[in-house]
Amino acid sequence: MTSNATRESTRPAERPRSGTLLAVEDLRTVIHTARGDLKAVDGVSFTLDRGETIGIVGESGSGKSVLGRTIMGLHTTGPTTTISGRVMFDGRDVQSLGPKDLRSLWGSQIGMVFQDPMTALNPVKKIGVHLTETLRKHQGLGRTPARERAVELLDLVGIPDPRRRIDQFPHEMSGGMRQRVVIAMALANEPALLIADEPTTALDVTVQRQILDLLGNLQAEMGMAIILISHNLGVVAGRADRVAVMYAGRVAETADAKTLFADPRHPYSEALLRAIPRLHEPPHVRLAAIDGAPPNMVQPPVGCRFAPRCAYAQEDCRTVLPELEPAATGHLFACHHPVNRGEN
Amino acid sequence: MIGSPLDLWKEETLTKVLKRVAELVAVLFIVSLGTFWLVSKMDTDPAVTMLGEGRTEAEYAAVRDDLGLNDPLLVRYWDWLSHAVTGDLGKSVVPPYNGISDRIAGALPVSVELAVLGMGMALLFCIPLAMWSAYRPGGRVDRLVGAGALGVLSIPSFLAGLLIIMVLANGLGWFPRAQWTRLGDGIGQNLYHAFLPALTIALAETAMFTRILRNDLVTTLQDDFIMSAKAKGMGPVHIMVSDALRPSSFSLMTLMGIGLGRLIGSTVIVEYLFALPGMGSLVIGAANTGDFVTVQGAVLVIAVIYVLTNALIDASYGYLDPRIRRAHV
Ligand SMILES: Nc1ncnc2c1ncn2[C@@H]1O[C@H](COP(=O)(O)OP(=O)(O)OP(=O)(O)O)[C@@H](O)[C@H]1O
Ligand SMILES: [Mg+2]
Repeated sequence: MTSNATRESTRPAERPRSGTLLAVEDLRTVIHTARGDLKAVDGVSFTLDRGETIGIVGESGSGKSVLGRTIMGLHTTGPTTTISGRVMFDGRDVQSLGPKDLRSLWGSQIGMVFQDPMTALNPVKKIGVHLTETLRKHQGLGRTPARERAVELLDLVGIPDPRRRIDQFPHEMSGGMRQRVVIAMALANEPALLIADEPTTALDVTVQRQILDLLGNLQAEMGMAIILISHNLGVVAGRADRVAVMYAGRVAETADAKTLFADPRHPYSEALLRAIPRLHEPPHVRLAAIDGAPPNMVQPPVGCRFAPRCAYAQEDCRTVLPELEPAATGHLFACHHPVNRGEN
Repeated sequence: MIGSPLDLWKEETLTKVLKRVAELVAVLFIVSLGTFWLVSKMDTDPAVTMLGEGRTEAEYAAVRDDLGLNDPLLVRYWDWLSHAVTGDLGKSVVPPYNGISDRIAGALPVSVELAVLGMGMALLFCIPLAMWSAYRPGGRVDRLVGAGALGVLSIPSFLAGLLIIMVLANGLGWFPRAQWTRLGDGIGQNLYHAFLPALTIALAETAMFTRILRNDLVTTLQDDFIMSAKAKGMGPVHIMVSDALRPSSFSLMTLMGIGLGRLIGSTVIVEYLFALPGMGSLVIGAANTGDFVTVQGAVLVIAVIYVLTNALIDASYGYLDPRIRRAHV
C-alpha cells in the first residue's frame, strides 16, 4: 500500500504531458575502427515532444541503432568513440552526465526495447527477477511489493497467467511473450521516453502486429514518447506521428507521417515506400529492393551519400552534399533533385 | 489422464539419475580392473616383500598361496573387489602389516582438506580478479593480472612452495612450516597449519581459474542481455555478479571438477614440502616399499572420489543453466 502511494506521488501523474522532451542537435557519433573513423551518425537533428512518436527508418547499417544508443548515453566519448553535437533530454545534456547520473536515467526516465527478444533476457534469470531488479533499483521497492508490481506489469503487457509466468525462465516462453517481457522491463518505471529498436523484426508477422498494438496502447495509457526504429516504413505507418528517414548516418527526409507517405520528396524515401512488404501478397513475391549496396561509412561519397544508387542523380549530386531544406512546415528533405515535384 | 506433468517430471528425473549411477558404476569397475591389472604387472613379488631375506621355499609357497597369488588374475580381482565394496581393502604386505582401509582413513582427510581448501582459496581469489580484468579487456588491470597469472603458472609448484615457506614461515614467522593438527583436534589449529600448503596449491589453480573465467566473462559481457541490463540502469558490479558470472562459469566448473580429483592424488610435492601425512605420501611410500596392496587400495579410493566429484560438477550445470535441466541426461 505504502509503496503504491510513493509510486504514484513520484510517477508520471504529476509529470507534464506536453512540451519538448528531447532535442537532438547536430549529433555525430564517430566510431574509431581498425579501418578508419566510421561516421555512424553524421549530423542528425530532431526534436520529440512528450507523448509523441517518431519513426526512424532506414536500411541496415544506416546508423539507427547507434543513434538510439547515443541518445540514451550508452555510447559516450572515449577511446573508441567520439561524439559531438547535443542531446537534451528533459532539460539535461545527456553527454555531460556522469556514469551514476546516466544509470539513474536508464530504465527509469528512458527505457529501451531491443531487437531480439531471444537474446535480450538473461537465460539463467527468472522472468520475475528481470522486472524486480529494475523496480527495486529505481523505485526502492521491497521484495514483496516489487514482485506484486512485476505481476501487474506482466498482466499489463498481456501475458496470461502472470503469477505462474513470473517464475519461469526465458527459454520457457515464445518469442512474442519474451518481447512482451522486454517491454514490461523497459516500461517498469514508466519512463518518459521509450526507445524501441526494431522491436518486432525478429518476430513473425501476426505477432509483430500484436506487439506494435501493445506499444500503442501502453503509450495511450502511460503517455511516454517513443522513438520507433525500423528498417521497414510499413512498421511505422499508422503508429508514428512523425517519420525521419535515415541514410548513411544522416536524415534524408523528415515529415509528419501522413505527408511522408503521401508526398515523399527524397528518392530514397520513395524507394523505401516501394519496398514495404504487403501482407496480402504471397510471401514469395520479391520486394522492390533498392539496387546497390549501402555506402562505406568510413569514406562516404563526397556529395549526396545516396547519389551512387540514385536513379535521378546528376552531376551536382556527386560533388555537393545536400543539406536539409524545408518543403513545407515540418517537412524537410536533403536532395538537389527531389521527386514528386508537381504536387507541391 | 496419463499422469500429471509433475509425476512425469519425477519419473524422468529418476530415470536420469539411475542412468547416471549405472554409468558411474561402470566407470569405476573399469578403473578398478585397470589398476588391479597394472599393479599385478609390477615386477615386485609381494611374497618376497613380505618375507624379506632368509625365507625357506616352503614358507614362500605358503605365503604366495595365502595371498592368493597362484590364482588367475580375474579370480584374485573378484576376491579383492568383493572385499573392497565392504570397505575392506586388505592388509599391507610390509610391517607393521596394518589394515589398508585404516591407513587410507588416516591419510585421506588430509589430502581432501588440502585440495578443498586450496580450491576454495583459488575460487575466492579468481572471481574478483577475473571480474576486474574482464571489466576492461586489454586495460591495465587486465594486462597486469594476465602477466601475473602467466608468471605464477611458469613457476614449478615446489619452488612456489619453497618461496612461500621462506617468506611466510621462515622470514616473517607467521606460520609453522611442518606441522599438522588433525581436524578433530581443533579446527583453528588445523586451519592454521593447513594454510600454507593450501596456499601453495591455490597459487597455480588461481592463475588457471582467473584466465579461464576472465575469458568467459569477456565473451558473456558481449551478449545482448548485458546491454539490456545496462539499459535498465544496473551498475557494473550488479551486472558482473548477477548477470555475467553464472553464465560464464561452465569452463571454471569443469576445471574445478577435474582439478579437485587430480589434487587429491597429486599433492605429493606439497605434502612432501610440508611433511604432511596425506594420500600422496601414502602412495609414494607404498610404491617405494613394494606394498602393492596399499597402492591398489589408494588408487581405487582416489578414482572413486574423482568420478564422484565430476558427477557432482555435471549435476551443477543444471543450476548454472536452467535450459540444461530438462534438455538431456
Ligand atoms: N560497436 C561498433 N563498432 C564498430 N562499428 C559499429 C559499432 N556499432 C555499429 N557500428 C557500425 O555503425 C554503422 C551503423 O550501425 P547501426 O547498428 O546503427 O545500424 P542500423 O541502422 O541499426 O542497422 P540494422 O538495421 O542492421 O540494425 C554500421 O556500419 C555498423 O557496422
Ligand atoms: Mg540496428
